[in-house]
Amino acid sequence: MLYGYGSQIWAGTLATCLLTVLTLLFSIIIGMIGALCKLSPNPLLRWPFTAYTTLIRSVPDLVIMLLVFYNLQELINFICAWAGWAQYQMDAFSAGVTTLSFIYGAYMTETFRGAIQSVPKGQLEAGYATGMTPLTVFRLILLPQLIRFALPGLNNNLQVIIKATALVSIIGLLDIVTVTQQAGRSTQQLFFFNLVAAGIYLCMTAVSLIVLSWLDRRYSAGVREVRL
Amino acid sequence: MSEILERYWQAYLGFGIPITGLAMTIWILLLAVLFGTVLAIPMAIWRCSSNRWVSTPVRIYTFVFRGTPLYVQLLLVYTGLFSLSVVRGTPLLATFFRDGFNCVILAFTINTCAYMTEVLAGAIRAIPHGEVEAAQAFGFSRFRLYTKIILPSAFRRALPFYSNEVILVLHSTSLAFTATVPELLKVARDVNSATFNSLPAFGIAAILYAALAMVLVALFRKAEKKWLGFLKPAAH
Repeated sequence: MLYGYGSQIWAGTLATCLLTVLTLLFSIIIGMIGALCKLSPNPLLRWPFTAYTTLIRSVPDLVIMLLVFYNLQELINFICAWAGWAQYQMDAFSAGVTTLSFIYGAYMTETFRGAIQSVPKGQLEAGYATGMTPLTVFRLILLPQLIRFALPGLNNNLQVIIKATALVSIIGLLDIVTVTQQAGRSTQQLFFFNLVAAGIYLCMTAVSLIVLSWLDRRYSAGVREVRL
Repeated sequence: MSEILERYWQAYLGFGIPITGLAMTIWILLLAVLFGTVLAIPMAIWRCSSNRWVSTPVRIYTFVFRGTPLYVQLLLVYTGLFSLSVVRGTPLLATFFRDGFNCVILAFTINTCAYMTEVLAGAIRAIPHGEVEAAQAFGFSRFRLYTKIILPSAFRRALPFYSNEVILVLHSTSLAFTATVPELLKVARDVNSATFNSLPAFGIAAILYAALAMVLVALFRKAEKKWLGFLKPAAH
């Protein structure tokens, strides 16, 4: 059915899925740190992240990707030479994860900043008043409520990340796009294989929508919604 | 950096004949946004229709085109359609799809139209029902209802989301180089391969994109102040 390219396309799909999951994970970590720093009273923490989010969100993903991809290796070489370590050659996959996380960390920062600000202040103050440490307040009060406010934005970002992984084929990763293009060229069935690629992406976005709506129901338990 | 700027600034801006660089980026953006908006108006009206047979096809269209990457859609139009013998056999279609620029405009238009349809449909649904009922009570025809009440109001309400979408189209124009269209990123890549100096080569492109995005944001802010002012809470 797939002209014998089934296993390669499967491998490409797995690469894209892994790329998406790792990017999501790292960008959430960057976003959480960024949001806390952006809301901090200390300008030395606030300014770098304000510059980071403004810059990243005004330049196209692909341009940042090429910029980071071509310069990351030089930076690593420089650091290795400076610290006296052995040279480390970056492969396309880790370069892809690094650049995508770097880009979507900025979007996540904005999502989480909005979510943190949506949690009623009195909740956190009540936590501090009962003698909780900042870490406990974050873990027991802020985080569980913040997730509910962050989910719509997180959902959007995830959709964008899934679609952005297609760009990584431009910097040479063997993902769905690369594999289906190769298969299409060698079998002269480019239209068919392009449709296959589009179908796989559509499945991925549909699954992510289902998972996110399940999470949304779970984290909205006990919250009454306005009925219009 | 300054050496590259001196040698290549005209290529980056690209206001010449034929146009390249930043000028080409703006041209793609204008065409895609224009065609996308014009097509999105009827689509959004159908999307809000209470007749399921009308709204469901539009829903499927927006789901499919918002659920797949633009890059894959562009490849499908640029490499996929041209590989079909039907397309290659018809002279008109063959000349259309052989040109990368046509493919870019077609793919971008279909893609952005899907997003704009959802934006506009959301705005149509957000119109207070009283406005529509008042018009109906006055005996407005359907055509007058849409052109005088619903669409003007929907466009105003959609402005903030519409501006987001235009910025997204600007960002996606950087994909056009994969269909051999000489826009800003193509120039940056050419400069990079000519000078092997990738930080300034792509950095200049990034600055130009950011500047263009900021100009667009400023324009939309002005438009919002002018046309959306009535929705702001009144100041005393």
